[in-house]
Amino acid sequence: MIIAEQKPLAEIAGYIENCKKVLFVGCGGCVTVCLSGGEKETEILASAMRIKRRLEGKPLETVTYTATRQCDPEYIDGLENMVKEADCVVSLACGVGPQYIAERYPDKYVVPAMNTTFVGGSKQHGVWEERCGLCGECILQKTGGICPIIRCSKSILNGPCGGSQYGKCEISKDLDCAWQLIYDRMVALGQLDRLKEVLPPKDWTKSRDGGPRKMTREDVMIG
Amino acid sequence: MPCTGTTDHRVLLRAFEDGADGVFVAGCMEGDCHFLKGNIRARKRVNAVKKLLDEIGLGGERLEMYNLSSAQGARFAQIVNEMTARIRELGPSPLNNAKEGGAA
Amino acid sequence: MKSGGSKLEQILESGQLAVTAEIGPPKHSSPEAIGHHAHMLKDYVDATNITDNQTAVVRMSSIGAGVHVLQNGIEPIVQMTCRDRNRIAIQSDLLGAYGLGMRNLLCLSGDHQTFGNHPTSKNVYDVDSMQLIQLVRRMRDEKLFFCGEAIKDHEPRFFVGAVANPFADPFEYRVDRLEKKIEAGAEFIQTQCIYDMERFSRFMEMCVARGLHERAYILAGVTPLKGWRGAKYLQSNVSGMIVPEEIVQRLKNAEEPKAEGVNICIEQIKYIKDNIKGVSGFHIMAIAWEEVVPEIVQRSGLYPRPKIS
Repeated sequence: MIIAEQKPLAEIAGYIENCKKVLFVGCGGCVTVCLSGGEKETEILASAMRIKRRLEGKPLETVTYTATRQCDPEYIDGLENMVKEADCVVSLACGVGPQYIAERYPDKYVVPAMNTTFVGGSKQHGVWEERCGLCGECILQKTGGICPIIRCSKSILNGPCGGSQYGKCEISKDLDCAWQLIYDRMVALGQLDRLKEVLPPKDWTKSRDGGPRKMTREDVMIG
Repeated sequence: MPCTGTTDHRVLLRAFEDGADGVFVAGCMEGDCHFLKGNIRARKRVNAVKKLLDEIGLGGERLEMYNLSSAQGARFAQIVNEMTARIRELGPSPLNNAKEGGAA
Repeated sequence: MKSGGSKLEQILESGQLAVTAEIGPPKHSSPEAIGHHAHMLKDYVDATNITDNQTAVVRMSSIGAGVHVLQNGIEPIVQMTCRDRNRIAIQSDLLGAYGLGMRNLLCLSGDHQTFGNHPTSKNVYDVDSMQLIQLVRRMRDEKLFFCGEAIKDHEPRFFVGAVANPFADPFEYRVDRLEKKIEAGAEFIQTQCIYDMERFSRFMEMCVARGLHERAYILAGVTPLKGWRGAKYLQSNVSGMIVPEEIVQRLKNAEEPKAEGVNICIEQIKYIKDNIKGVSGFHIMAIAWEEVVPEIVQRSGLYPRPKIS
């Protein structure tokens, strides 16, 4: 899922300081799962902003709503009436949400409540870790199911580097060395020989370096 | 509620928004929770809301969690006195003043 | 000789032990100190590495400093990390370096930028050190740019080196990785500095068993320590480095720690010369203490250096 973390309260308050009525839109997708931008978190944020503004003597009127998702136009259309009434829309979705809302309602001031950070999964309840580098050309079949692009701090394809020690990455004792993990996994699979292959330089055009990407399915497109 | 483990951040914030000068959450002794860890979860949530209250300027000291058993009548009284004294010291919640348009 | 005139390659090919040192460029634009160090080292080493923004701290470039080293009479070994440059910049720099007279290249991954003074910079790592070795060899032997396009004329003909770290993990895989680098085309190897002689010994046994010492020249890395605090720092704060406690204690108990540090270094060189098979030379990394290299070379029995026409 996409992991996003809420920005500090003071920062969000700064974005809306000149607004009188604000619509807070949560998202029922990824941010609900990683407990940062779902219905509960949206209501908590609105409450916090209301209290803060009352203390400052500039009361704030808030409306909260949680969209099924903010990455599909139909759900953005559904916000129309609420958006019309607001001075500002605060989106608690990942970076896609504020963009889709701003595009659909171009004359409305739209701000992000979140810093979208990574694509990952949950390690245990309350802990999420980055797992996918969004590189556009997956090679997990070659590395025992462990991604060297994103779990190796240097995106090395023929690792490990000389800084790997005691199974940890040189940049932090809390970070596992991806190549130690890959080595252990390949040994367990009896596939260590496969690491003899020198993997060639990556084609980064398949990642963001080639410009913004698109995916299409002709067979489902209407009209 | 059957257990402080069901405490929702929003309930605590609502109390303050409605003008409460102070709020305390009384949970069972740690290790004695009938639902095993409900009171532990409650403490974590209370701490999170205290932090939030500090960030927005209301002050986390107005919220507290205490652990005691339902048989500890004297302890309960002690807690109430302690909390009351603390809140008296802090004064009425600024949200109370704001509601009444400022006290003299 | 396969490179376009590397003296280091010639010395190694002749079967003599080679000696290389390391110079760290300054955090400013004056070449004076480099010139001074090069001048001081020139009769005592065969070539000298010039680090590339070591520990991700901005310093004069390896190639820029290399010009001054060359002008002062020693052959430079350009170090190129993968951290700061994409493949376009790398090849461009290599063409420039070769054109300026440099003949030796050491390919490495590079310390992560979080260690340095610009931790917020973008992480490049377009290619890794393994790919770099393979592709730089290809530039020389097949006259091809990384993209496969032909280099019509005057292709850069570097003597290509890589690093090996017997002290990083997983230990069992380190020899496999060295073999992979040699397969990819590495012609000379410089190891991370040795303090754990037992581990280095085991590592070299495994290398010799596979005949790696006959396919590439392995130079043992040594670094003289100035005192027990420096030793302790390396022990605890540098990933991939092992410093046995006996060495720390020896320095702590010494009356003159600096002299003791030099003694330890010389003992290590002598021990390796006499006992460890497969080592073709020594890489003396005395960063910020280059003055001590001539003494180490002399007292280790590595002086005078062979003359190459």
